[in-house]
Amino acid sequence: MIRWLLWIVAGLVLGGLVHLGSIMALPHAASRDAYARLASLVPVNGFALLPAPTPEAAILPFMDPAFAVAACRYDLAKGPLKLTVPVSQAYTSVTFYTRHDVAYYAINDRAAGKRSIELDLMTTKQREDLPDDEEVTAADRLIVESPTLTGLIVARAFAAEPSLLSAAMATLRAAQCKPQ
Amino acid sequence: MRLLIGLLLSFVVAAGIGLGSTWYALTQNLSFGALELGAWRGFPRNGTVAIDPYARAVIARNGELPVGSGDGVAFTAAADDDGRPLDGRCDVVVRGTTPPARYFTLTLYTPSGGLVANSLGRHGFTSQELLRDASGEFEITVSPRARPGNWLPTGGVDRYILMFRFYDTSLGIATRAGREAPMPAIRLTRTCQ
Repeated sequence: MIRWLLWIVAGLVLGGLVHLGSIMALPHAASRDAYARLASLVPVNGFALLPAPTPEAAILPFMDPAFAVAACRYDLAKGPLKLTVPVSQAYTSVTFYTRHDVAYYAINDRAAGKRSIELDLMTTKQREDLPDDEEVTAADRLIVESPTLTGLIVARAFAAEPSLLSAAMATLRAAQCKPQ
Repeated sequence: MRLLIGLLLSFVVAAGIGLGSTWYALTQNLSFGALELGAWRGFPRNGTVAIDPYARAVIARNGELPVGSGDGVAFTAAADDDGRPLDGRCDVVVRGTTPPARYFTLTLYTPSGGLVANSLGRHGFTSQELLRDASGEFEITVSPRARPGNWLPTGGVDRYILMFRFYDTSLGIATRAGREAPMPAIRLTRTCQ
């Protein structure tokens, strides 16, 4: 009797490990995560406007209908990227996600200032390889380090009322993410 | 023989408990570190690299992209202040003020994150669209039938959730519930279709 109880206790402990393991593995195993959903529509190292969500269809769940959204799938394998997102009338933000949908950096138009949000995206290794003498460029260019080689950049432009949505979309059409 | 049966028993228990609890955690949206303001729950950590593994798993499974913490914070409510689930066939009044933010939006979703079809084509309000009273408070009536003032149509669905998103805000991980973060009250009224 005791012996069976011990087997069950061992099973419970192992079950705990299975639980933790499956929770940790899930973001890497999910085949319908946001990156996968956008893969067919969004080019690598280029922006594409996402279709506005409607009751019938939305490319992602919980999209904010008051925003125009453009996404870029980045790949830093060949070198750093230069990102330029023009700022719309009301509010513009850029959020960086890893390949597995962790938002690791976000910036909005107030933090960036000027007429566009401009920054360089690179891996930690690529940043270390930057020549030291380029102090001027380091001072006026914002550098974001990506923890992964691939991921998503999502630019959002706010439309305070539905009639302003097309203007917000037009602003994002000029967004660029391309190799330097 | 006994050893084999014992091992088998262990593995069956492990698989059942392990995968069962994972499935439960995912379907029940089990997440830690919620900032609870009345009926509203927000997860400011979800927009950072400090996101907890459960929230990560739920987000990957649903295919969402969380709001980044330098962008804003999202809060959801699936029930009114007394804990009654939001019912699209009843009138629900959302009244009060919001924490400081440059802009905010309030959106009505199905529990799985889709928009609800309605005759007006309205799925939410932005902070610029809301009509407010003299004290700066607003009142939104979430109802299947047209209402005067700020009417948010439910399309008659039986369950829905409300999502507030605050953009460019000081709200975040360090926020404590209380005076610095006033959230509107949600009250289910008796008027049902």
